[in-house]
Amino acid sequence: MARQRKGIEVSIAMADAVAQADVDVIAAYPITPQTHIVEHLSEIVANGELDAEYVPVESEHSAMSVCCGSSAVGARTFTSTSSQGLALMAEIFFIAASMRLPMVMALANRSLSGPLSIWNDHTDTMMVRDAGWIHIFVENGQESYDNVFCGFRISEDPTVMLPLAVNLDGFILTHMIEPVIYEDNETIRKYLPEMRMKNALHPDNPVSMGCFAMPEIYTEAQMSREQGLLNAYPAIVKAWKEWGDLTGRYYQPIETYRTEDAEYCIVTMGSYGETAMEVVDALREEGEKVGVVKIRLWRPFPFEDFRSAVEGKKSLIVIDRAISFGGPGGPVALELRSALYGRPNAPAIVNYVAGLAGRDVARSDFRKIILEGKAKASKGETEGFTLYGLRG
Amino acid sequence: MDKFSVFSSRLVEKSENFTSGHRACQGCAEALAVRHVMKALGRDTIVAMSTGCMEIISSPLPLTSWRVPWIHNAFENSAAVISGCESGIKAMMRKGKIPAKKINFVAMGGDGATADIGMGALSGALERGHNMVYVCYDNEAYMNTGIQRSSSTPYGASTTTSPAGKMSIGQRTQKKNMAQIAVAHNIPYVATACSSFPFDLMEKVKRAAETPGAAYVHVLSVCPTGWRIPTQDAIKYGRLAVDSCVFPLYEVIDGKYKLSYKPYKKLALTEYLKGQGRFRHLTDKEIELIQQRVDKDYERILRLSKEEE
Repeated sequence: MARQRKGIEVSIAMADAVAQADVDVIAAYPITPQTHIVEHLSEIVANGELDAEYVPVESEHSAMSVCCGSSAVGARTFTSTSSQGLALMAEIFFIAASMRLPMVMALANRSLSGPLSIWNDHTDTMMVRDAGWIHIFVENGQESYDNVFCGFRISEDPTVMLPLAVNLDGFILTHMIEPVIYEDNETIRKYLPEMRMKNALHPDNPVSMGCFAMPEIYTEAQMSREQGLLNAYPAIVKAWKEWGDLTGRYYQPIETYRTEDAEYCIVTMGSYGETAMEVVDALREEGEKVGVVKIRLWRPFPFEDFRSAVEGKKSLIVIDRAISFGGPGGPVALELRSALYGRPNAPAIVNYVAGLAGRDVARSDFRKIILEGKAKASKGETEGFTLYGLRG
Repeated sequence: MDKFSVFSSRLVEKSENFTSGHRACQGCAEALAVRHVMKALGRDTIVAMSTGCMEIISSPLPLTSWRVPWIHNAFENSAAVISGCESGIKAMMRKGKIPAKKINFVAMGGDGATADIGMGALSGALERGHNMVYVCYDNEAYMNTGIQRSSSTPYGASTTTSPAGKMSIGQRTQKKNMAQIAVAHNIPYVATACSSFPFDLMEKVKRAAETPGAAYVHVLSVCPTGWRIPTQDAIKYGRLAVDSCVFPLYEVIDGKYKLSYKPYKKLALTEYLKGQGRFRHLTDKEIELIQQRVDKDYERILRLSKEEE
């Protein structure tokens, strides 16, 4: 494939990227809004454009189990799911990370039941926040496409060896037709070497995987998992840097927009970043000193990058797409509050939960959230969270 | 692959792929079955094992009893994990990423992992027809967690969650027939076996591994701890189960039934039940009812394999 710019549905661009990455095994179960990704992949395999095993499993639980098996033998492995599917495979999702099995998942974020809803928010991914996977959030089609390659590169890096989820907002991204630049296969081959797993399951080098641990060693096993995830950070930054050098598109764990002289910032994760930038442009015209901070890397959380991005700001207005029921706010705000806790002159944090289950958050809503949030911060009203747009 | 045309223990593979030093209970016929199965399969085998007795006894980190590549992932998914191993190796061999070689892909689990919690994953793997063997080691209850009933526990057996009592006969349901469920998937090879008949077991496992596509082997594995019998009697009770026709040994090759072993004299059910603590509460009347059921099931197998009583 030659380098070209295409108008294409994001799901299809992502599937094309998976094919360009020359995966060996795809195991997936259909669930909205992930379906277009796997439908297109099975079509690519059926047409002989990708030499891979497409395993049409009977459940998401088995999808993740098949992925564990294929990754364990050293095969490049891809899967995709959403919401209830993620919940069903959650048991194995945790095990995949503990066994250090590299694979890439396109996680088309969707709300969790109940009530049943197929629409977008981040309640599904927050459920598996602590599983030990690497979590990347993307904002648009190009980032979705790019991060498939970066994802495999990071996940299979011998210093990392961890599963990785590319989180993309369901419908808002998966079903959107956008311009996406496809890189040529030569560039991909240069960037993404074949997977080389040192201790893959093979009769020539028998190993035992997934042994059980007594209390004497469980703690150490967990620490090695934690350390593994922390060690991934430099590999992630390096993989993004090299991708940028090849394609001109650079990614950072924390990205900022017009924050240099900003007094306060709106913080987003996922596709809301694009709308936030437009609203900030408009507010800047009116003289508001506001910027955008976007979280791209969710796990391992880039504490230092985040702290330096918000240093000297008066306040942060954080938009969450999930609720931690009975807790003090949305998961992102919780993370940021703890990142800044006890630091002198730390910005005040005002938390909004918005856009649950795909409820539209328009530019006017962003504007309202930003200005209202700023006022709240100046009055010191920073406790808890506000459920934006709640009807009385 | 060689066949045991002469049944002699001297012709059995000497090397151990499932080694001694594991932590199984005294007299465990399931560990014995695993040992025989692994002798039959040889070293070019990848094993995916469900959580359960055999997993716990053989893999306390950082030790292992396995001389073949072995993976444990979770309780209910060994059939899916082996599907992944098979798919991965197949794709990589086809693409020239690794050299071509015949490898046996084998999933193993207990009766709980097979007939209960892992039924969906097993059914999916059999339906997709991966080139794999699934071996169920059936000790007729959740022995690892302390003898709780499973759907594979026979009628009348007393377990910790189907205890016999004034208002209870013990297990109230009939044993789920996993071999027949496997047959219903139209896979090319299904067999029942028992570690008290080691040559038959090994030959069946070899045949299952030779068969292209999915194969299923159901192994009755006597559990002295759970069945409440003396530890030295595990082999004896396996023989009694087969000789009383409670557990007939047969193969189903491409849908055709073949009886593997016909007892010279069919023993009465009481021969099998007496001495087992889990059945000690049964009355003669209840045993008579169970005998009728055993006779009916055995006649069906005879009919299907066109044998005469």
